[in-house]
Amino acid sequence: MAMKSVKSNKMRTFLTMLGIIIGISSVIMMVSIVQGVTRDVADQVAGAGTNMINVTLTGQGTTRELRMRDMNELVDEHPEIIRGIAPNISGRATVRQGTNNNTVNVVGTNPIFSTAQNVNAQIGRFINDEDVELRRNNAVIGTFNVQDLFGGRNPIGENIRLDGVLFTVVGVLEESAGGRQGSGDDRIIIPYPTAMSLFNSGRIGSYIVEATGPDTVGQAVTLTERFLLRELGSSQAFHIFNMQNILDMFDGIMGQMALMLGGIAAISLLVGGIGIMNIMLVSVTERTREIGIRKAIGAKRSSIMTQFLIESVVVSCMGGVIGIVLGAIGAIGIGNVIEVNAAPEFSIVLFSFGFAAFIGMFFGWYPANKASKLNPIEALRFD
Amino acid sequence: MIKIKNMYKIYTMGDNEVRALDGISLDIEHHEFTAIVGQSGSGKSTLMNMIGCLDTPTSGEYYIDGKEVSKLRDDQQAAIRNEKIGFIFQQYNLLPKLNVLENVELPLIYMGIPYKKRMEMCREALEQVSMTDRMDHKPSELSGGQQQRVAIARALATKPPMILADEPTGALDSKTGKEVLETLKNLHKDGKTIVLITHDNDIAAQAERVVRLADGVIVSDTKSN
Repeated sequence: MAMKSVKSNKMRTFLTMLGIIIGISSVIMMVSIVQGVTRDVADQVAGAGTNMINVTLTGQGTTRELRMRDMNELVDEHPEIIRGIAPNISGRATVRQGTNNNTVNVVGTNPIFSTAQNVNAQIGRFINDEDVELRRNNAVIGTFNVQDLFGGRNPIGENIRLDGVLFTVVGVLEESAGGRQGSGDDRIIIPYPTAMSLFNSGRIGSYIVEATGPDTVGQAVTLTERFLLRELGSSQAFHIFNMQNILDMFDGIMGQMALMLGGIAAISLLVGGIGIMNIMLVSVTERTREIGIRKAIGAKRSSIMTQFLIESVVVSCMGGVIGIVLGAIGAIGIGNVIEVNAAPEFSIVLFSFGFAAFIGMFFGWYPANKASKLNPIEALRFD
Repeated sequence: MIKIKNMYKIYTMGDNEVRALDGISLDIEHHEFTAIVGQSGSGKSTLMNMIGCLDTPTSGEYYIDGKEVSKLRDDQQAAIRNEKIGFIFQQYNLLPKLNVLENVELPLIYMGIPYKKRMEMCREALEQVSMTDRMDHKPSELSGGQQQRVAIARALATKPPMILADEPTGALDSKTGKEVLETLKNLHKDGKTIVLITHDNDIAAQAERVVRLADGVIVSDTKSN
């Protein structure tokens, strides 16, 4: 019964739905994109290793240098919390292979780096303890460098020169950023003692501390802080930051953004709901006579009420479904452009649909109630 | 079947008091064919609204089958309209967007009859007015006489004991008007209580009892044979 009136006024029904369509599709789009971006960033951070803590030694307020073997005391003291520590010496060097040459990022470190940063060799191997102990001139290179220097052929066992010093390629890193120049796929990893001599540097300015798991990161931060304070005697002498901190901060920002966007979308839904109420009120007035006839032949208040409520719920749910489809298409489309997987989650779709139904119910209530209370004789007299 | 005791309906318009019903008492027995006649403004429409449970009196009592109607709640009155009274209006009052079958089906939906049974009852009612061949037509595709027959079928669908007809021939030419009147007479023969409201004395004369109204009071009440 209610469906009939929806169908017989197609244009008007569509215009009424428009508010809901726009509201729901913007909710879906905004929430999906924000969630997609958040997921993407979280994945990247997890890929970079949330178990790790970055330590930067500023050298301020202290004369003491912390060498690798000093740092290893921390591991020896708390092996159940701290799995290992990797030095992190980075610099830029000119790399040459045959006639090809370029400038690259060079990282000097130890094997712990591989697990802490989740960076592995796809062919060959990562640098090992022996490379470090024996100060071998071995190097692991990124996929961009394989293309750039070797034209894509297998580089294992081949030689390259870094600032003129001869290195042997022992491994190629797994691709993580599409093999682009300047990304994590454009870097050369060498043993840290070799890097120190390559860059003529006597000290290590940065370490990566790897916790045993996500649960122990917090403790590891505390222990590292305490250890550094004890060794260096000044809180000015070092900075500590943990990926989890960044992730939390980012989550916070994205949460606020989702809230703000959601608020805007909610306002448009409110406007859509008022639109429905408006049209339903017009419809009740237009159909006063119909209501009178229905009442005269025995319709109860509840029957009239139900008829009009179903009508508004059907209209807003149809708007909701169209909005969900458009929103999903929009989210996936924009997601493709910004290279984020923004397919809406099922829970959001369900929530949006439920919300649309609720709006129909809420804003349909008043007109339906008004219709149900019409006096039958006055309604019959109405033209 | 119907008992009205000392009923008043008073409208106040500004300072003026309009006594649409000015102390009416009326009994209508089962199976009676009563015509209520009067000029416009005599109060006959108001009386019909009262009999049809569409309006509440200012004072007075109204019983249908011994039940005091004016004290019932809205929904209980709706149920009485649904089960006890079949309405026939001057303007047919069919729902324009529903077809013949759906119009006749409507009171049965409100009665809560299940689909299959409903269809049976619709067919039966439409057979009584010989409209079974146009069940899927919209009211606008039918002539006035045909529309009024559909309206009669709708009034009959729930098998109410009483038919309340408000100027049922008013919008029809004399020939189809006569047919409608014949239909009402046949229904009366089948045992329905008929209350016919009209301003036309010739039509009223067809009934076995004529109640004449003027200025909100009954001026005459005559029974033939």
